[in-house]
Amino acid sequence: MKLFKGQGTADLGKPWRYEEDGLTVTRGCAWSPPGCHPVGCGIKTYVNSAGELVRIEGDENHPVTGGRLCVRCLTMRDYVYNPDRVLYPMKRAREDRGKNRWERITWDEAFDTIAEKVAYYKENYGAESILMQGGTGREGGPMLPAYAQAALGTPNASQPLSGYSCYIPRVAGTTYVTGVAYPEMDYAGGLPGRYDDPEFTLPELIVFWGKDPLPTNGDGLFGHAAIDMMRRGSKLMSIDPRVNWVSTRADWHLRLRPGTDAALGMAMLNVIISEDLYDHDFVDKWCYGFEQLAERVKEMPPQKAAEITGVDAGFIREAARVYAAAKPAQIAWGLAIDMKSNGMQAGHCILALEAITGNLDVPGGQLVGDVNDGLELGFGWNELGPELQGKILGLKRYPAMVSFVLNAHCDMVLDTLETGEPCQFKMAGFEDCNGLAGTDCAQPQRWHDAYQNLEWCFGIDVWLTPTIQATCELFLPLSSTVEHDSVVYSHYGASPITMGAINKSITVGEGKGDAEIMYEIGRRCMPINFGRFANFYEFLEYYRLNGKTTFEELREEVVHQKTETLSYRKYETGKLRPDGMPGFNTPTGRVELYSTMFRQFGVDPLPFYEEPQLSPVSTPEKMEEYPFVLTTGARTYCYFHSEGKQIPYLREINPDPLIEINPKDALKLGVSDGQWVRVSNPFGSCVLKAKVTQTVYPGLVMAQHGFWFPEQDGEEPHLYDVWRSNINLLMPHFYVGELGFGAPYKCLICKVEPIEESYDTDMQAIWNRYSQLVVPE
Amino acid sequence: MRNGLLIDYEFCTGCQSCEVACQKEHGFEAGTWGIRVLDEGPWEVDAKTMNWNKIPTPTTLCDLCAERTEKGKLPSCVHHCLAAVMKYGPIDELVKEMDKKPNQVMFVPGPYICK
Ligand code: SF4
Ligand code: SF4
Ligand code: SF4
Repeated sequence: MKLFKGQGTADLGKPWRYEEDGLTVTRGCAWSPPGCHPVGCGIKTYVNSAGELVRIEGDENHPVTGGRLCVRCLTMRDYVYNPDRVLYPMKRAREDRGKNRWERITWDEAFDTIAEKVAYYKENYGAESILMQGGTGREGGPMLPAYAQAALGTPNASQPLSGYSCYIPRVAGTTYVTGVAYPEMDYAGGLPGRYDDPEFTLPELIVFWGKDPLPTNGDGLFGHAAIDMMRRGSKLMSIDPRVNWVSTRADWHLRLRPGTDAALGMAMLNVIISEDLYDHDFVDKWCYGFEQLAERVKEMPPQKAAEITGVDAGFIREAARVYAAAKPAQIAWGLAIDMKSNGMQAGHCILALEAITGNLDVPGGQLVGDVNDGLELGFGWNELGPELQGKILGLKRYPAMVSFVLNAHCDMVLDTLETGEPCQFKMAGFEDCNGLAGTDCAQPQRWHDAYQNLEWCFGIDVWLTPTIQATCELFLPLSSTVEHDSVVYSHYGASPITMGAINKSITVGEGKGDAEIMYEIGRRCMPINFGRFANFYEFLEYYRLNGKTTFEELREEVVHQKTETLSYRKYETGKLRPDGMPGFNTPTGRVELYSTMFRQFGVDPLPFYEEPQLSPVSTPEKMEEYPFVLTTGARTYCYFHSEGKQIPYLREINPDPLIEINPKDALKLGVSDGQWVRVSNPFGSCVLKAKVTQTVYPGLVMAQHGFWFPEQDGEEPHLYDVWRSNINLLMPHFYVGELGFGAPYKCLICKVEPIEESYDTDMQAIWNRYSQLVVPE
Repeated sequence: MRNGLLIDYEFCTGCQSCEVACQKEHGFEAGTWGIRVLDEGPWEVDAKTMNWNKIPTPTTLCDLCAERTEKGKLPSCVHHCLAAVMKYGPIDELVKEMDKKPNQVMFVPGPYICK
């Protein structure tokens, strides 16, 4: 008998749909819901003759995931047939906001009502009075500007995350500095032979910098690819204040103080430049402003960075040397960089490191997208016309953010909702957005109250979330990733990896996918953008496939590796610039170590370090009362932000919101493992359950985010107990960087006090309620 | 020859896909497992070293996915393991694999009763 390892071979080469043991098996790629970033993991759904999903498995045919699945897709059946799911459009009266007085309606009534309201508010208050609030990760996430601008005809789209501190600062920064979207670490995802493909070179070093991509595959990076490469010999360096599992497998772990990344980056540049460890050829040919950068980073010798970051100077030097010597080396830099007011500068340092060591756009280095592999950015923007375009909130104050991401400035949206200045928001839509549940909104109670100034709102989701319960008059039910046809492009299409067919295999209630809902709304409200499509599939092919292939073709292929747009060293071949000339798509045609774009926006063109606004250094006077540095939002396998609490198999993995605290601190405070504590700072307070662990060093605590309790009372004022353990109550409003990007979600201060009460989840009650799946007849 | 599971715990990431894949394969209720991931750490060995191992351990309910393997499929945990660190096969083959690298553990689950 043969030894079986890895992900099985039984179904290799099977077509997209086949029969097995009386069940219909459909191969497809998953995106959302459940919430996820676009990896597009391969799945096989097994459906019986009654149309019921009986099983889900990983598809071993998928070139990247090869059959592997995380716990969120493995529990798909508990998700799609969950008793809390809402399966039909519903409405309620304005005075019933916050109450469970929903009434089922038809899709026609729902869409017609939206069209009526949109027409009414445009007519009476101008299109800019309509606000579209979006969430992250799910398929609707990147559709946010299009939902607003193309489908509703308002310029004002916004994710209610202070400083839009997730991914967007990285993408904007890299676009300004290099002319390409965020360069992902290369894991050969688009190469037919994967790690063994002759085009690929195994990285000698992988750096995870403020990123733990294993649990939730942030930005669509299949995090376990790093494990694949480590098992083939790649070394790992982790730059993270906290110990996570993968950092224990790193040869170097730099445990810097939260929010000090730019200082570390500058010091590493200092070492690499002063010790002449950089790639002269690449710097001479393809970089701009090297001398200025060299001059600037002289201000940050390792000794100084050591004082700021808390990482030993010798260790910083060693890390810089190791990174410079590794050929190739790759850096996956994450959310932690974005969640800081000068995250742009930290990002600039990391890009400079990648560039001057010659790791940009080389096999096994940083993967860069082909300029001809267009994205959907800007759909419907031109059709708004200059007058409405000028009314996107924050364009004058934060042009670097607003004009780049076509989003109203998040923090300004709250001020505007509260004051009615400079415009009045009257109507809003919430798509895939549970901002009140400790996910996005800083000062969520302020947002909650400000949302009450809106006259009419609609929400699109799978669940009646606390955000929708608190705000909406109309509910549109979203279908899960196995209930609709669509397209998933890994890493939001920014990297040449894969494109996958989301193949519908079951119908549950009347849910529709994000893309179809946008199409239906757009058709009614903005025929100028949607009238040319005869049906949803024509729209999908335009919007997600660039008209290059039909959905039917992709459906049968299931997953397509984008070999046609995958090549390396594109700065030599003209594939990074629309004019086809060699070089980078920046004003100087080079990687701008000195950024002419930053200069144009009136900010320092070179990287610099700035202390977090609240820290032992900035606010020593506050440290006696608030002695801890607070970081938030470490990822878990079982949840995607606020999603997953209704799935008993996921809930039992992490039933209660945790705060990690070092054993020494716990002893001092008299906190025992599993005890509930009150966590407070000058901005707010909440209760969390202590996890006493050495993942955090003394003086540092890490709090989980995104908790609400769907088993609790959903009506106002409870809203599923959304205020009880909401860590964003401690997040200040409008502590953003000069360009409008970045807020200190991961570098705050707080105090921790033990409390007597226990809020432990009753898992038996969770099981009793959520095991009662509602399977359609 | 008996079959077993070989797990490379040096690279087991603790993703718990094995736990949940097993629960779903067998229709176990929440709070009931065929395999559990033991969390051995983290604890500081010295200023530079953290010990942290995730060690999946089959329970009394593991039947090595008899139904699946009969049909030529892999056990569900092995199939879905995110780090691809689980192997299934006859123990003599697994022992040979074990010799190739350290930090692996072999389990040979069989029906028994815990009381
Ligand atoms: S990462 Fe996303 S698509 Fe992949 S298995 Fe998990 S939930 Fe499903
Ligand atoms: S072999 Fe099957 S029964 Fe045993 S732990 Fe794995 S999934 Fe569960
Ligand atoms: S599925 Fe694999 S990697 Fe995940 S916990 Fe189990 S053995 Fe470890």
